[in-house]
Amino acid sequence: MIRVGLVIVVLAVLAATLGPALTPYDPSSQALAQRLEAPSGAHPFGMDELGRDILSRLVSGARISLFVGLAVVSVSSLLGMLFGSIAGYFGGVVDDVISRVIDVLMAFPGILLAIALVAVLGPSLTNVILALCVIGWVGYARLVRGQALRAREFEYVQAARALGAGPARIVLRHVLPTAFPAVIVQATLGMAGAIIAEASLSFLGLGVQPPTPSWGTMLDAGRSHLFDAPHLTIFPGVAIATLVLGFNFLGDGLRDRIDPKGQL
Amino acid sequence: MIRYLLRRLLLTVPVMIGVATLVFALIHLVPGDPAQAMLGETATAEEIQRLRTTLGLDRPLLAQYGSFLGGVARGDLGKSFRTGQPVAREIWRRLGDTGILAISAMAVAIAVAIPLGIVAAVFRGRALDHTAMTLALAGISMPSFWLGPLLAIFFAVRLGWLPVSGSGTPAHLVLPAITLGTALAAILARMTRSSVIEELRELYVLAARARGFSHARAVVRHAFRNSLIPVVTIIGLQFGAVLTGTIITETIFAWPGVGRLLITAINTRDYPLVQGCILFISVTYVAMNLITDLTYGWLDPRIRFE
Repeated sequence: MIRVGLVIVVLAVLAATLGPALTPYDPSSQALAQRLEAPSGAHPFGMDELGRDILSRLVSGARISLFVGLAVVSVSSLLGMLFGSIAGYFGGVVDDVISRVIDVLMAFPGILLAIALVAVLGPSLTNVILALCVIGWVGYARLVRGQALRAREFEYVQAARALGAGPARIVLRHVLPTAFPAVIVQATLGMAGAIIAEASLSFLGLGVQPPTPSWGTMLDAGRSHLFDAPHLTIFPGVAIATLVLGFNFLGDGLRDRIDPKGQL
Repeated sequence: MIRYLLRRLLLTVPVMIGVATLVFALIHLVPGDPAQAMLGETATAEEIQRLRTTLGLDRPLLAQYGSFLGGVARGDLGKSFRTGQPVAREIWRRLGDTGILAISAMAVAIAVAIPLGIVAAVFRGRALDHTAMTLALAGISMPSFWLGPLLAIFFAVRLGWLPVSGSGTPAHLVLPAITLGTALAAILARMTRSSVIEELRELYVLAARARGFSHARAVVRHAFRNSLIPVVTIIGLQFGAVLTGTIITETIFAWPGVGRLLITAINTRDYPLVQGCILFISVTYVAMNLITDLTYGWLDPRIRFE
């Protein structure tokens, strides 16, 4: 499974980086006479409601999805590791404050808080990334806090402290590395989550705004043409599901490698 | 158990206050003047000032916060800017539809996931297990905003068996419930499989077999029953995902619930209604988690004494 996931992810990255140069059509150019045209030899995935080539727009949309995923996972994991290790290592009041903030943010189910934030900040790609980071760091912080709580009792950490190492050095050199494998698994699965979340927000009209091609907005546009042009709905959905499945395969495979008990 | 109950209730209070505070802050995160944003570019200064007074935005922040918390405690979530109706009443009117959808989705998920999880556990490592678990992972990866339209294309447009959208008859509920229940079914099937495998390793299952019980009976009557605790917990904890899922599912199928109300409120910049819906969904989620925790503590005494 891990190999299948890796192949899917590598193909998506290649499509996102090389694809726009290889596709024969501009994702924004319109041929209104060909609007809603079914898949054909010239346009394998057909044309959308404004006569734009769906394949070119999907390839272009892959960039948005991967960019959002990467940005959200990078910022969230860094913030999560920072606050999680501080809470777990120092404990006491610092831990209490950070843990209560985590509790409050976790009281909002799924992407509800992201929906709320984008609703008030206004729909845009930047605000989507910001909103997803606000809810995203919490999972990493909880994970790293737990690891840091355990790690601070390890003998080699106590030895480092006895040798005069400062808190920053202990956290960076001794505590955080114990959490890295779990963080990497969470980040891989987090890519899948961020891609779905961005597409969900764009589908609801709260994410990337037209004419920028995003898989979520493409699906939203397809809703009005379920009867006459179902290909508008089918292909963007296949793209999202395949990429998300790829990251889930990869994340699950990595988890099984790191924690064989999880293979049960 | 009473001490455990009180402790859990006390722990919930600061979380609820935190949630209410964050929801209160939402309207103040609107770039520029929230009243201007709600009324649009063409509004006059007088209209903006009138709305600011109506919403209490011209009062000191602390006074606004106090009024908001007091209102929430009394169940008063303010008035909708567009309809003038109390927000609580708007939510209440749609609550039944969201409840029916959420419960139906959970029923679909349980009906599919538990047999699938048990079969995968019993045939662990074989083709049936791999197929079931690949299906489960596909279910998790398939976004509801794609699955819903796909089901509509096939069952409503092509076959004409079910309505594309709307509400009013049981037939209207089928596609939204399947759409919303699929991801939960996938998660539950994976959980049921792991849990049943754990139990199948226990000696009491071997003892049941030694006493002459059939393999099927040993699995269903013994291993499965004991594996239910984590499964029930996951069902409770996944209620939040179902609640958020209703927002998208109700939008796809024009289902008249709280989720669709929220999206309509966002599109019309009805911020008091947005705040009310967000607060309502979050509080329901926290309450469901609390009930799950209490049930878990009741089922497994070790949790209570931790």
